[in-house]
Amino acid sequence: MSLTNILNISASALAAQSQRLNTVASNLANAESTAGADGQAYRARQVIFTAVPQTESPGSASVKVSQVVEDQSPARRVYEPNHPAADEEGYVSMSNVNVVEEMVNMISASRSYQSNVEVMNTAKNLMLKLLTLGT
Amino acid sequence: MLNSLDATLRFQEQALKVHSQRQQLIASNIANADTPNYKAADINFADALRDAQSGVKKTVVLQTSAPGHIASAHGNNVAQVVYSTASQPAADGNTVEMDAERARFADNAVRYETAFRFLNQQIKGLLSAIQG
Repeated sequence: MSLTNILNISASALAAQSQRLNTVASNLANAESTAGADGQAYRARQVIFTAVPQTESPGSASVKVSQVVEDQSPARRVYEPNHPAADEEGYVSMSNVNVVEEMVNMISASRSYQSNVEVMNTAKNLMLKLLTLGT
Repeated sequence: MLNSLDATLRFQEQALKVHSQRQQLIASNIANADTPNYKAADINFADALRDAQSGVKKTVVLQTSAPGHIASAHGNNVAQVVYSTASQPAADGNTVEMDAERARFADNAVRYETAFRFLNQQIKGLLSAIQG
């Protein structure tokens, strides 16, 4: 049934967008980190969305996070000779998170999330209406 | 008798079905608003309803142009899906325009409810004819 499928599609989008929001939170939290878990400077992570075509209804597609990639741009280097992580030249490697980019990403993710919630609500109302058919 | 009952209700029933298909397509457009290279899809309601009324199934059959190719026996039933070209295309190849899709979604929800009310009134009319 098409209307229940709408709930599946929107739910997949909610999951994907919340994972995107999650990576934004992780990136922003580590914006000033000097080292990540591997001892290297923290690298910003980005989610990659992929459309998943619905076999039973051509043309429509749900969405999933196919992979999480790390930003390969060089770490930000800050001159701080007194820092324990400073190298022999006095520079500290900070994470390569671009805070402005992350904020834009956050706003975009939250708007998309809201749109999908609205879609779910509308689909739910239509389904409830349909149950009253003939009464 | 039952046949004519079915025929009375068929038009609105099929309209309802096409509306819900379209609703699903628009929902998937909104879900994929941030997916790179996703192309927004839609169906032409008038064409889809006409096909549904006439019982025509649009089929897509695999073409065979070399001896090794396998012909598909039946082909898939495919609702005529059209892909829109965005007036302001995104840099990542996505053609979903969120505002237009939201408007289409709301519009289609109202039309769905309209078809639903017509169907409901037809049923009520039949019931009052039966019960007097």
